[in-house]
Amino acid sequence: MTMTEAPDEIEEPKPIEVEAATPEFEAAAARAEARRGLMIAAPAYLYLILFFGIPLAIVFAYSFATRNRFGEAVFDGVSFEAYAKLGEPIVRDIILRSLWLAVLTTVICLVVAYPFSYYLATRSPKTRNILLVFVMIPFWSNFLVRNYAWRVILGNDGVASKTTGFLGLGEIEILFTPTAVVLGLVYGFLPFMVLPLYASIERIDLSLVEASRDLYASGWQTFRRVLLPLSMPGVVAGSILVFVPSFGAYVTPEILGGAKTTLLGSYIVTQFLTARNLPVGASLSFVLMAVMLASAIVYFRSGGKNL
Amino acid sequence: MSGVARPRGFTRWALAANAWLVYLFFYAPIILLVVFSFSADRNVGRWGGFTFGWYGEFAENQAVQSAMWVSVRVALVSTVISVVLGTLAALSLERFRFRGQKVFDGLLYLPIIIPDVTMAVMMLLFFTQFFSLLETLFGIEMRNGFLSITLSHIAFNISFVSVVVRARLAGMDQRMEEAAMDLYASRILAFRHVTLPQILPGILGGALLALTLSLDDVVVTQFTSGPGSTTLPVYVFGLIRRGVTPLVNAVSVIMLAASIGLVGLYLAVSRLRSDSSPSLEDQA
Repeated sequence: MTMTEAPDEIEEPKPIEVEAATPEFEAAAARAEARRGLMIAAPAYLYLILFFGIPLAIVFAYSFATRNRFGEAVFDGVSFEAYAKLGEPIVRDIILRSLWLAVLTTVICLVVAYPFSYYLATRSPKTRNILLVFVMIPFWSNFLVRNYAWRVILGNDGVASKTTGFLGLGEIEILFTPTAVVLGLVYGFLPFMVLPLYASIERIDLSLVEASRDLYASGWQTFRRVLLPLSMPGVVAGSILVFVPSFGAYVTPEILGGAKTTLLGSYIVTQFLTARNLPVGASLSFVLMAVMLASAIVYFRSGGKNL
Repeated sequence: MSGVARPRGFTRWALAANAWLVYLFFYAPIILLVVFSFSADRNVGRWGGFTFGWYGEFAENQAVQSAMWVSVRVALVSTVISVVLGTLAALSLERFRFRGQKVFDGLLYLPIIIPDVTMAVMMLLFFTQFFSLLETLFGIEMRNGFLSITLSHIAFNISFVSVVVRARLAGMDQRMEEAAMDLYASRILAFRHVTLPQILPGILGGALLALTLSLDDVVVTQFTSGPGSTTLPVYVFGLIRRGVTPLVNAVSVIMLAASIGLVGLYLAVSRLRSDSSPSLEDQA
């Protein structure tokens, strides 16, 4: 700030008004303050209503539409036709398969990430920070590329099959199978499990673990009765952060999955881009969002917000 | 921390082994991808001698180059706008009480937790309606492209920026602002000289986060891009689905380098949090 600007900006002190003490004045001041807050919020508020709220309402409306004989979406009162379609075997199988793969991914992440996070939390603060940075890097780096890397490794005659062949396990061919999809999902979302788990384990007073061992609890009992209950918020938060994106995954199954493993995300995209069945696509998007919203509520209730 | 909390014997050994295996799992694929981007073999996963050829092809390929510039432009424009809107949103939520605040708060969280695919579908339907409305009302003909991609990126980035800035605002001593105003600084002056310098690391962090998210997005962009204007990740995604070529390796490594560079910057910026003693001289 240069000195020449200063005089315009600094207001002259005004004499203190006596009315300041009256309740009416205070109410008016509070109203003015609220107006100011709303004005500051307004640009983002209006933007989100226009470019997020309205799009959401449009999808919602489409999920209650029907299709005419040309396959175009038409609004003929409120129709639950699209939602009824979700019970059909094809769609139901896709939902169940997505659910199963998402649960599997979550369990694998949990089993791998828990001991990993405990290991991190028991290092010295300096080592801990360095180790944590090396978890952050994959967490933020390009998701598409990280999935693609597995395509290169698992491909025909690639590193994976060479390695297993060398080890005498035979050349594995798992590309374009559900196994490859789960592998890609675990790879993609493992950091989402590690970070909240680490945050909650790091917070535990580890002298409790010592106390438990002093009182002759076995390692397993200490884990079951002391560590696990205390780190439950991290377990819940991490599981949700892995489960939700796995359930709606689109990029990973497209790159690593085959034609037989259509998952919910890909199916929704197909409904919009190729099958042109907008109502079914819209209703499925809403099912996906309902799962997500329910999980978000659990997440906030369990204190995940504070991790 | 010491003593029994650090297990001994087999458990200790197993914990360490698991940790190193996880790191191997995180980094081996990335390293292998970088290695194979220098392989001369036409098969993407096989070593066939060292070459820079695929990077040369990257520099010459018109489609890749134009997609890359669309990506950069979208990322820059959406970041600037979402940083301004997101910071204002954070200020209004942390420092004011107004009617409709709860709704606004909820609306701000939604783009973060909504599944990609749902958001993509929303944007597709919205822009179809929006552009046809523009045409019937004003006769303006528009199609999906730079504008629709940027507008959708801003829609999710505002939320991420506001979360990061809010965390910073919440951790800041509000009495500093009050002190400034007691000393007859106007609201704007107090903001410029007291609040802004303190939340600057948060704003920078939010901006880097927005840049990263915008540069990496595939799903939402795929639904809002048009012929002739797609971003690099969407273009690469299309290439991968048609069959992989070594060119994809090279482009992937460049995208990876960009995002790791941004992470590095982000981590460096978040280090600034620890030494936050901003002074008025910083602004002079």
